[in-house]
Amino acid sequence: MSRTFAIGGVDIKDYKLSCNKAIETLPSPALAFFPLSQHIGAPAVPVVAVGDSVKVGTLIARGESVMSASIHSSVCGVVKKIDAVQSVNGTNVPAIVIESSGDAEEWESEIDRSADVISECALSAEQIVDRIRNAGIVGLGGACFPTHVKLVPPKDCKIDSLIINGVECEPFLTADHRLMLEHSAEIVVGIEILKKALDVNIAYLGIESNKKDAIVLYDRLFSGRKDIKVVKLKKKYPQGGEKQLIDAVLGRRVPNPPALPANVGVVVENVATVYAVYQAVQKNHPLIDRVVTVSGTDVQNPCNLLVRLGTPVSQLIEKAGGVPQDTAKILHGGPMMGKVIQSTDIAVTKGTGGIVMLTVEQSKRKPEMNCVRCAKCVEACPMGLEPYLLARCAKEQNWDYAAECGIMSCIECGCCQSTCPSMRPLLDWVRYTKSKVGAIIRERNNKK
Amino acid sequence: MPQTKIISQAPHLHRNTSVVRSMTCVLIALIPAFAVAVCNFGIGALIVTAVSVAACVLFEWLGCRFLLHKPSSISDLSAVVTGVLLAFNLPSNMPVYQIILGAAVAIGIGKLTFGGIGNNPFNPALVGRVFMLISFPGRMTSWPLAGQFTAYTDAVTGATPLYYIKGMIQGYGVNMNDLPRIDDMLLGSMPGCIGEVSAVALVLGLVILLATRTITWHIPVSVIGTVAVISTALYFINPDLFINPVYHLLSGGLLLGSIFMATDYTTSPMTHKGMVIYGIGIGCLTMVIRLFGSYPEGMSFAILIMNAFVPLIDKGVHSKRFSKI
Repeated sequence: MSRTFAIGGVDIKDYKLSCNKAIETLPSPALAFFPLSQHIGAPAVPVVAVGDSVKVGTLIARGESVMSASIHSSVCGVVKKIDAVQSVNGTNVPAIVIESSGDAEEWESEIDRSADVISECALSAEQIVDRIRNAGIVGLGGACFPTHVKLVPPKDCKIDSLIINGVECEPFLTADHRLMLEHSAEIVVGIEILKKALDVNIAYLGIESNKKDAIVLYDRLFSGRKDIKVVKLKKKYPQGGEKQLIDAVLGRRVPNPPALPANVGVVVENVATVYAVYQAVQKNHPLIDRVVTVSGTDVQNPCNLLVRLGTPVSQLIEKAGGVPQDTAKILHGGPMMGKVIQSTDIAVTKGTGGIVMLTVEQSKRKPEMNCVRCAKCVEACPMGLEPYLLARCAKEQNWDYAAECGIMSCIECGCCQSTCPSMRPLLDWVRYTKSKVGAIIRERNNKK
Repeated sequence: MPQTKIISQAPHLHRNTSVVRSMTCVLIALIPAFAVAVCNFGIGALIVTAVSVAACVLFEWLGCRFLLHKPSSISDLSAVVTGVLLAFNLPSNMPVYQIILGAAVAIGIGKLTFGGIGNNPFNPALVGRVFMLISFPGRMTSWPLAGQFTAYTDAVTGATPLYYIKGMIQGYGVNMNDLPRIDDMLLGSMPGCIGEVSAVALVLGLVILLATRTITWHIPVSVIGTVAVISTALYFINPDLFINPVYHLLSGGLLLGSIFMATDYTTSPMTHKGMVIYGIGIGCLTMVIRLFGSYPEGMSFAILIMNAFVPLIDKGVHSKRFSKI
């Protein structure tokens, strides 16, 4: 029996074109770009100057405040400049640019580059969290929440369960799927390390039913164990959302923000994050690379690539056979929540899970019609909101009513808009309303 | 370096749902009932349905083109659905000019006055039907007997089971032996409006609507359930005065109304809880009119009255929020 979350969600075609393609390693780039803000929280502070030589794995920017994350160089070379580069959002953000010195790569000496799996970990919980902080690890599912912050929950929250997110519900993306298949031993050790860090007795690995091979593999690895379990989940978007996953696995509902999963005794980590934790704790390997899926219906060679952070997206696309002829949108992330990038010069960051190219046909929005009040958006909303009403609040500028109707708990998953038979841009309106309501709430809080 | 050509916010994929698809599903779900109607009422059913659909589509086109001055919305098929549903709520011997008048009211007053698809507070087909019921009471309350394949306006008419139900309560001499048999009521060989007679065909339509996810179960189940509960309770209280509940469930517009008319997207509530309240309201009002009103059938009025409550229901009843369950 497969489980799923209780309310809303949509069944959307998954387009997992690259699910059988083994992870390939992309060569390191000649020029690597490291935006100082690749995570939620304060930007990292550069600790190198223009002209400094760096090795692979050298710390180049330190996360100084609690809510921040350090950044390490993924190439061996010279700091060329510290300047503004284009970000995923299309805005210019400060970044460190490093020019690679060529073929002979020199790595930081303490990094263990062997392929051996080290299962023993003698470190204490504090030491584990320290290593994770020093390695600059953030949630690799896309939200980029600093992992070391998650691992030290507020004092009044007792964590009893760890949930590993292997759902990957975004269409096209297969990076987590391949990682689960190809690095299962490392992921199992990573889960043990996280269990130790959090001092929990039980961990669940949630996998959707469209990844049968992964379910079978982990069922075998975990067979006979009571402290770690695979939870087979029904394929339904947005199950990879933290709140939906907790509901699906444990039936617990996280209250509205500012409540965190920790308030219901749970910490959720993505499988890619678990792998990064293993690398950091057991191998001293900081977060300098990640697996990225490059896909699209017309893409010549949809693939999963192990990419050094800082690599321009254009190099990934080239590896996948270039931009197909009638591509209209190149997405950073999946098609449900990803962003259109305006240039392929932007670099892979910690939050890059996939690059998806959509054709003109897929990209064009169809003409908007009157709302026929079919209630499909209400049915699809996984947060139990009424998207039609929230969109109407935007047009009427009725911010108070929007707040009353719970707009701030919208997770922007896009279920409403993708299911609207009248092709109404519901989420556009909801986002607009959310920004207005959020600004008003912040203003009121400041006055207090 | 290639530049992206289209920039928009997520989500970037659509599930290919559309209003046309929903309307097509409704039309497909109406096919079984239509087939039964043609078998029972012959050429009359064909003429009335054809005239009603043609008139509704024509008025929609004329109204959009010359009154609303906007692109015609006939391609969304909603006018076709209105036309079919209006015809299904008429006896098969209605004269052509009366159907055209009814269609003009349904599309004109029922729909376009409020701005067209999505804006009408009342079910357009029922607005047309009630207009005809008040304007042409004689024609609208006499129903051709089943089995007259070539008869149209000259068909021999008879009473529906609801007439007997009323007769029992109000004590005017009806011969209960003339009541149609239950198996005839399931298959539809009894007098009645074109689309309402066959319970089997209508339930098959419900299955199609549910399977294609065009509608949810909430409205039909709550309407039919309410009628079943009330009529069963009354039957157990006094079986001499109140008829076997099966007759209430299989006769009149109950099934057609609860499956196809009350579930009209625009004029029904937006939340599941609201839908159940709306359905119970329709069920109760239908029973009140059937038992105590002056008309033998109350489905149309019950739906229209509850349509008027929909804005209130939507204001007061909200969906269960994720964090509050």
